[in-house]
Amino acid sequence: MITEHPHDSHGPDKGLMRWVVTTNHKDIGTLYLWFSFLMFLTGGVMALIIRSELFQPGLQLVQPESFNQMTTMHGLIMVFGAVMPAFVGLANWLIPMMVGAPDMAMPRMNNFSFWILPFAFGLLLSSLFMEGGAPNFGWTFYAPLSTDFGPPSTTFFIFGVHMMGISSIMGSINIIVTILNLRAPGMTLMKMPLFVWTWLITAYLLIAVMPVLAGVVTMMLMDIHFNTAFFSAGGGGDPVLFQHIFWFFGHPEVYIMILPAFGVVSAIIPTFARKRLFGYESMVYATSSIAFLSFIVWAHHMFTVGIPIAGELYFMYATMLIAVPTGVKVFNWVATMWQGSMTFETPMLFAIAFVVLFTIGGLSGLMLSIVPADFQYHDTYFVVAHFHYVLVPGSVFSVMAAVYYWLPKWTGNMYDEALGKTHFWLSFIGINITFFPQHFSGLAGMPRRIPDYALQFADFNMISSCGAFLFGFSQLLFLFIIIKTIRGGEKATEQVWEGAHGLEWTLPSPAPYHTFATPPSDLNDAHG
Amino acid sequence: MRMVKMRMVNMTDNTKTAVRLLGTAVFMFAFGFLLVPLYDVLCAVTGFNGKTAGQYVSEKAPEIDKDRWVTVQFITNNNAGMPAEFRPKQRSMRVHPGEVNTAEFFVRNPVARTITAQAVPSVSPFHAASYLHKTECFCFEQQQLAEGEALDMPLRFIVDNELPADVTTLTLSYTLFNVSQEALAVAR
Repeated sequence: MITEHPHDSHGPDKGLMRWVVTTNHKDIGTLYLWFSFLMFLTGGVMALIIRSELFQPGLQLVQPESFNQMTTMHGLIMVFGAVMPAFVGLANWLIPMMVGAPDMAMPRMNNFSFWILPFAFGLLLSSLFMEGGAPNFGWTFYAPLSTDFGPPSTTFFIFGVHMMGISSIMGSINIIVTILNLRAPGMTLMKMPLFVWTWLITAYLLIAVMPVLAGVVTMMLMDIHFNTAFFSAGGGGDPVLFQHIFWFFGHPEVYIMILPAFGVVSAIIPTFARKRLFGYESMVYATSSIAFLSFIVWAHHMFTVGIPIAGELYFMYATMLIAVPTGVKVFNWVATMWQGSMTFETPMLFAIAFVVLFTIGGLSGLMLSIVPADFQYHDTYFVVAHFHYVLVPGSVFSVMAAVYYWLPKWTGNMYDEALGKTHFWLSFIGINITFFPQHFSGLAGMPRRIPDYALQFADFNMISSCGAFLFGFSQLLFLFIIIKTIRGGEKATEQVWEGAHGLEWTLPSPAPYHTFATPPSDLNDAHG
Repeated sequence: MRMVKMRMVNMTDNTKTAVRLLGTAVFMFAFGFLLVPLYDVLCAVTGFNGKTAGQYVSEKAPEIDKDRWVTVQFITNNNAGMPAEFRPKQRSMRVHPGEVNTAEFFVRNPVARTITAQAVPSVSPFHAASYLHKTECFCFEQQQLAEGEALDMPLRFIVDNELPADVTTLTLSYTLFNVSQEALAVAR
């Protein structure tokens, strides 16, 4: 009988084929995480090319055409290649262990959904070497810039987006089925860790909006090659329609990139504050409200296209409403830390920095939601500062926090705390030097997506570029720390962290190749 | 044995959930395309983007409001890649709501090839767009312009009696697009 076979005893296959054919959620999680790190560095190199060009006014390093390709590819790679796969990687590693499941619900599909990604990004990156260059119309690829005036490689970009979409949808289906059907007996939804909750909601968002993205690029494809006129006014279409459909996808997309981060931070802060999470239930409801609101605020990205005043007011107020559930979350994290016995290991440092810096990004978002103010801020560096504050010290810091937090569980070794803290402080200082001055240059009127700028912005840009190089090169230290931890180090205990709650901490470190072949029985401590 | 059975139950449950989710994804893909006609309907109803409706047909001649004057201004633009000379023959008209007016637009093809042109209208202020009715407009069809050909193109319109009181001036703008096959090819 198959069931008699002691599953725990056999480990992974040997050699390279292990990674190609693996259906193990831990292997696939690792693949996703390494892939996203590779993309993070690729997109980071592009960011540094951008910042080098902007170090001084005038054109020094790249021509405007290449500059536009760099901003476009940087955005696409960071959003779809770095942040999203990093969270899917964390989901693969952690969700089965957190809900007491033996693996993901559909392991073979899990393998496919990962292995589509290298091909999708191979296709996208290959456009850099094509005649006419890579896509150069910004990551938002507004029509008719992308349809009538885009380079020939736009078609490859479209197929790349299709493939990423298929990968995300498959990954999301897998995650939802795992969470809904494979929880250990007795684990009710309200006993799940918040990381599982936020991912459940994120996966629903993905299933709802990735097909809309696929739809909008399909319309582009038809406009380019089949003489349709979805977005061409001359043929009876409307370019503004593109922006509506794009942002109907795009706004939930930005929450897709932040909700799992909320889950990570909600796991880490209680551990190092040595208290249970304050307001667990309100966290669940706040996450759901944010997800719902994300569908009805999209036009705040396009206040300046010309929307009737009633529409502008509606989208303004609806957008401001999002600050309420987000505020609930921030207050809950602060209340969790309140009077806790806090220690400041690297994951906690990243988590606290997340709370502080994400809140700054949230506040500049509130400023942008005010219609008359947005007329001034639209398409300036203020917007660049805003979304980098929510994405870099927001999403990216949470991924780094998660890696430090769970790395001992994954590898069985403790990372080097002194090096980890060094990495944190270099990143924290680097990120603020990079993006804080961009608020000022934006308020002073510097437009985004330009390779050259007026002289009065020179100082802020030079500071910003210095910070970018500090932040960028600090990530090599991150890579070094991870490799060092994988190769050895102080042995981690089962629980790893004194105040950690959750089923994954009941497993040995490193977590065995197969876990929870029999479901866990004690679920009282399942969430932090 | 118990475990094997449990696994099988799980498999069917999983497939059921997965198929349902996949159905949602397919639905949302279709929904993306559904947004296109929905958007057109919304624009027609509310006049978003200053879009005007198609040809206006009224059952009976509307009453002319002799006490009210509305100024209608005309603007023309050429879209990128359109070489034609295109201008209104009158910059503005003062009209009564309810009366049928005629305006003319001049177009000439100065280049040595045939151009296919399509004019796209837009009305400002947006909320007045649905009160400007066109009974006849060159924008309802494409124009073939041979080399050197010049045309006076008519527009017949009625300003609706229900036009909001705060609107005293309407601006009707036409953008002329070059929709000839070779022009589209050049743009790409």
